[in-house]
Amino acid sequence: MPDADDRYAPIEDYALIGDCASAALVGKRGSIDWLCWPRFDSPSIFARLLDADDGGHFWVRPVADFSVERRYRPDTNVLETTFTTERGVLRLTDLMPVAGREAYRRELWPEHEILRKVECVAGTVEVDVRCDPRLDYGRIDPALDDRGPHGVFYNHEGSVLIVRSELPLVLARGRGALHGQVLLQEGEQALLSLTYDEGEPAVLPLLGEHAEARIERSVAFWREWAGRCEYDGPYREAVVRSALTLKLMTYAPSGAIVAAPTTSLPEAIGGERNWDYRYCWLRDAALTLRALYDLGYEEEGRAFFSWLLHATRLTAPELSVLYDVHGHARLEERTLEHLEGYRGSTPVRIGNGAHDQLQLDTYGELVSAAYEFVQREQTLDAWHARLLRTLGNEVCERWREPDEGIWEVRSGRHHHTFSKAMCWVALDRLLELHETGYVSVPADRYRETCGAIRAAIEERGYNEKLDSYVATFDGDRVDASLLLLPMYGYVEASAPRMRSTFARIHEELAQDGLLYRYPHGTDDGFSSREGAFGICSFWDEELFARLGRVEEARENLELTLSYANDLGLFAEEIDPDTGAFLGNFPQAFTHVGLINAALALEKARTDASLSPDLPA
Amino acid sequence: MLLAPALDVGTALLWGVFATGVLTLLMAASQGLGWSRMSLPFMIGSMFTSHRSRAMVLGFTFHFAFGMAFALLYALVFEDWRRATWWLGGLLGTFHGLFMLIVVMPALPDLHPRMAGKHHGPTPTRQLEPPGFMGLNYGRNTPAITLVAHILYGVLLGTFY
Repeated sequence: MPDADDRYAPIEDYALIGDCASAALVGKRGSIDWLCWPRFDSPSIFARLLDADDGGHFWVRPVADFSVERRYRPDTNVLETTFTTERGVLRLTDLMPVAGREAYRRELWPEHEILRKVECVAGTVEVDVRCDPRLDYGRIDPALDDRGPHGVFYNHEGSVLIVRSELPLVLARGRGALHGQVLLQEGEQALLSLTYDEGEPAVLPLLGEHAEARIERSVAFWREWAGRCEYDGPYREAVVRSALTLKLMTYAPSGAIVAAPTTSLPEAIGGERNWDYRYCWLRDAALTLRALYDLGYEEEGRAFFSWLLHATRLTAPELSVLYDVHGHARLEERTLEHLEGYRGSTPVRIGNGAHDQLQLDTYGELVSAAYEFVQREQTLDAWHARLLRTLGNEVCERWREPDEGIWEVRSGRHHHTFSKAMCWVALDRLLELHETGYVSVPADRYRETCGAIRAAIEERGYNEKLDSYVATFDGDRVDASLLLLPMYGYVEASAPRMRSTFARIHEELAQDGLLYRYPHGTDDGFSSREGAFGICSFWDEELFARLGRVEEARENLELTLSYANDLGLFAEEIDPDTGAFLGNFPQAFTHVGLINAALALEKARTDASLSPDLPA
Repeated sequence: MLLAPALDVGTALLWGVFATGVLTLLMAASQGLGWSRMSLPFMIGSMFTSHRSRAMVLGFTFHFAFGMAFALLYALVFEDWRRATWWLGGLLGTFHGLFMLIVVMPALPDLHPRMAGKHHGPTPTRQLEPPGFMGLNYGRNTPAITLVAHILYGVLLGTFY
């Protein structure tokens, strides 16, 4: 058996396609190695990403050796991969068709579809196609039913996958794999469609010109959406790509944004830091909302806020760290022993054990999101106001408790400085909303608690010897989450204590334009060494911008952006030594960080009336 | 005798609604449990519109109307036989279910304006998957579930009419 490294593509080799309810990862070699239907956190259809042999995949690629170039069609999530062989050039277009609401009323649509168009644009190319669905994370090799002109059907427990192809495919292996090799001449093209329906008679996908029309309609949909982006500052292309990626990871029926569409891509190769990120974290809710509004996506902002309050009211006054796309909080963590794991990184986990952790910072993040919403929409209904007051009262009761903290460490509970600060933020924002008449809270109690929290932070969360705020009370380690203190308004970026903290964090956590979230050796419950944290790097640049250090912000931002893959996507973590991606991919919060850093830089540039030559 | 003078229309309609409701419940449960993709409301409603939500609403309405009409037909048979028992209802339901599965389902592509033909690929106006013989395309449990649901429909009418 070849070495595990040879059988798994680097994480950065993947591209994302999706339909705002589900997503797939397409590798540089034309293979769809990850797909979950009908929604992001459903069991997989293809999971070669986590088991190269038995996970299932759908590839379309030249038989001969090739080099690859790829791109998204401008301002879309329609992927184009161009393979160049000795004898010809092959272009593969991959997408999940999307359209405006009206189109769904006019026509019958499959519940989900992946459309693949293969074109020989020069010379001749022999194309190799293999479709091998393995349902339920590779556990089920579904029976195949060839229904001639209607396609090949995989029926399983009330759901059906249908493959229709303009290329001849034959049964290849065991029960379910389809295979074909066809020589295409210059100018020839073919379409392949994979659809999913459940619970009802399926809708058979059309090929030919009708499939072409679906591609063009999807291109138009994405371009219209991207065109609504109001940001016109530097790094616009990276910002728009981030916005498009966030939109792909938005579960449209509820407005929830998943942290990533994958599970168990390791934070350390071969290590045990493998988590399921196909859920929605409250962490960064306010920053996500701010990014959506600042880019001009009010509808998405309103939908996201609506989901936030819908989900949290189900558990209030307690808040779960994460929820699924419909707001359910009980996400039991299980391991899938039968999967090899990406490059042998086990265990593969589904569900997320962090759901029963205590993270007090989530109160501050949720209330900040509500505050952000009110600033934009100038409204808050009475029911939501009552919910916020309930949360504020809970903060008053519980802020003294230790918690697992923003990073969900599995080494027990501690008094995290950032968590305490976010408790302060929650009460402070509620007091502001109280003063402007949007909520009614026991103001004296909140002011008193705010004062007590601040006093505790300044006394025990600041280490005089280090001249820095520290991760935990009475501790001596810094933590990148402290960079968020000015962004949530706990302290001015220019305050002496924050300046010295910023310098200390840089000294201890920065490497080559990237930032680790905490120092190596911090007890987080695991022994393996993780990479630098993508979003922390962007926080760093945002803070430079807030301090008016525009040039340093720009230099660092450009350095961080240089770690993006060829499509402008980021994973959760990056190995600063090799530039390799680590962790789940792509990571919504990393892209939120990118957007906010660019927005902060533009604001700082405007405020300083500077106009350096920044790239578009 | 075509029309029995003693036909109790009110009772037939009342139990027709109830029996149709039970049949619909059983079929919907089998969809939810993944046993079958047969959705009679969707198949009926999509004859009139491609808008899924509207198709379901229309389909439910027509399905209940058909259920009540069939209840009148069953009542006519009971009157003609001058008896209504659960097993006579069950026999009628068996015939009804088998007729649906063996005659109506395979003929549906010719009757349904949005269903793909048996021997041709989908077209822009005909994209819905045909049910095939006994509805087997919608899952191998489909014939059994459909038959049981119709037998139950008949048993209820036979018992309570």
